[in-house]
Amino acid sequence: MVAFAFAFLAPVLYSLYLSLFRNQLMGGNQFVGLANYSAAFTDPKFWDGTGRVLLFLVVQVPIMLAVALAAALVIDSGRLFGKRFTRIALFVPYAVPGVVAVLMWGFLYGDRIGLVGWINEAAGSQVLTPFSREWMLVAIGNIVTWEFVGYNMLILYSALRTVPGELYEAAAIDGAGQWRVIRAVKLPALRGALVIATIFSIIGSFQLFNEPNILKVLAPTLISSSYTPNMYAYNLSFLGQQVNYAATVAIIMGVLTAAIAYVVQLRGTRRDS
Amino acid sequence: MSITRNGRIAAGAMAAVLAGSLAACSGGGGGGGEPDEGATAEEIEAALEEGGIIDYWTWTPQAEKQIEAFEKAYPNMTVNLTDTQGAEEHNTGLQNAIAADKGIPDVAQLEYQSVPQFQLPGQLTDVTGYGLGELEDLYTPSTWGSVALGDGLWGLPQDSGPMALFYNAEVFEENDLVVPKTWDEYVEQARKLKKSDPDKVLFNDDGNGPGTVTSMIWQAGGKPFQVEGDTVTIDLADEGTTRWAETYQQLIDEELMSDITGWSDEWYQALGDGTIASMVVGAWMPGIFEDGVPDGDGAWRIAPMPTYDGTPVNAENGGSADVIPAGADDKVLAAGFLKWLNSDPESIRVFMETGGFPATVAELGSEEFLGYESEYFGGQKINEVLAAGADDVVEGWSYLPWQSYANSIFSDTVGQAYLDRTSLLDGLSEWQAENVRYGEEQGFTVDG
Repeated sequence: MVAFAFAFLAPVLYSLYLSLFRNQLMGGNQFVGLANYSAAFTDPKFWDGTGRVLLFLVVQVPIMLAVALAAALVIDSGRLFGKRFTRIALFVPYAVPGVVAVLMWGFLYGDRIGLVGWINEAAGSQVLTPFSREWMLVAIGNIVTWEFVGYNMLILYSALRTVPGELYEAAAIDGAGQWRVIRAVKLPALRGALVIATIFSIIGSFQLFNEPNILKVLAPTLISSSYTPNMYAYNLSFLGQQVNYAATVAIIMGVLTAAIAYVVQLRGTRRDS
Repeated sequence: MSITRNGRIAAGAMAAVLAGSLAACSGGGGGGGEPDEGATAEEIEAALEEGGIIDYWTWTPQAEKQIEAFEKAYPNMTVNLTDTQGAEEHNTGLQNAIAADKGIPDVAQLEYQSVPQFQLPGQLTDVTGYGLGELEDLYTPSTWGSVALGDGLWGLPQDSGPMALFYNAEVFEENDLVVPKTWDEYVEQARKLKKSDPDKVLFNDDGNGPGTVTSMIWQAGGKPFQVEGDTVTIDLADEGTTRWAETYQQLIDEELMSDITGWSDEWYQALGDGTIASMVVGAWMPGIFEDGVPDGDGAWRIAPMPTYDGTPVNAENGGSADVIPAGADDKVLAAGFLKWLNSDPESIRVFMETGGFPATVAELGSEEFLGYESEYFGGQKINEVLAAGADDVVEGWSYLPWQSYANSIFSDTVGQAYLDRTSLLDGLSEWQAENVRYGEEQGFTVDG
């Protein structure tokens, strides 16, 4: 319990404490009450980044979970040749260190020496432009999906493995086909796992940092220093030396994330009972 | 996204806490940076003879050999070298050490553009009291101006980076381009190259940081940042800045420049195969060409900077000083090392031997230096061109006391004009507004 308090609560409490102060290059440290919070609530950069991760959340998470669900069902159906290989192949991207994965995709996206450049040349026009205002966020979504489909597939697949065999037998006796089995047996069994995967993904979206932060090196004008709230907090803290304001941003994001995750969990479990 | 997402929240908070606890005690530096009691040259010399240990932070590749020579001259001295890899990490590390008041080096390298950032909050030692002010005549006026700020002297110049035009003579010849003397001629050549070989560009700027841009504004006679005590004046629409913007706008609007990420593999490759046919950069660049762009061997040449009216004018690009942090343990020994490092002929010889470009007038004017014929640059006496540039640097430039933050938001503001081909002046005014806001938040009186 003491260890828990130290490792988990102390940083949060200290961040709260920090967020009540302002430390200036000239003038030093002073107590400012909730001034940092009122500043954050009217800070267009903060809301711009928050809006971006929300958009990312409502588009990328459903796509990723749908793909993961489909993959889990296909592998579980037993009709797939090379089921083990597929399972591992889907999971491998998750094992690639995030930084390496993003660098790799960054090179693939390259218009001059990358795969995209090669495709464009073959097509004779600019068919793919991941490094553009329109497509940058989609390109990031693609990387994140690639990284985490396998992970989510595994959560769902292991939930499917816990379905007792008798249920399938009973369904077969009732004359249910594959689709019917999926709808009546497998999907209800997956609900809990889906809620968990969704909550993880929501938190992950709000925490979006690695992918845009690394791609910023390749496309500095496309990805601003406040592209996501996490990047904003990082840059405020390490380049702007505004640790107090960064702590404020971190706490607001933490509360926001927790609230949304809680709502999802409530909805998910209510239907359960 | 990762499996330890909850852990990440904690880790993030922990990082914030860590940085915060460091920042919390940084108030100790105080405001003024009052001059130290100091020491005479004899006292310093005696202390060096007696010996001791000092810590030196730098990312200068020549440091190891310089220290070797120093320890030979003063056998009782030991210098602990920390290679900080590069300016950004170096500054963060130094900031943290100063804030924690622990592990502060005795002598540290600082980019000229970062000196005010550490000096204004009182984190540097005024070395006037150690008699280092007498060395003024050794250095070029512009590098001296970067360490002599306000009423104090905050370090000694280590190297300099007067700018020059590096160009690929083979590409120039193939496409019938002339080496431009003015910026109008430069833009003209850029158009010509685009017409005759659309795969090549005369100029490249990724819009990431303003290193090249601030130097070009400096060269155009702009003085957008002025610092007077805790009052900062920002005017990114002054005559010189506007002059630069009007020229640069043509390169952007007519798509005469590329945006290959600087210092990336792709960038080195583009310099080697002629895709990027010229660049304006500091005099420290030849060594990097030799190491990083082997394919360009024999093709590249160096010419004086193009100017706005044809008369030679120049600016500094990059370059560093060495400083003594206010929290250094042994300032007498530090001052002795600092002085030796940046004024002893042996140290400077070692520095130059492996490609360093000096800040000292004597070395810049020496026959051996000027007469050096670079094989890589087709036998050209490159130092003649580079050193001549050092004489024409416009005086009176200064950087912002929060330059590293200002640099980090450059691509958010001015960089957007590159991307959308919109007005640079609008981007500059946005950059100014953000800097004014930041400066006021940090307790400066900002005029802009």
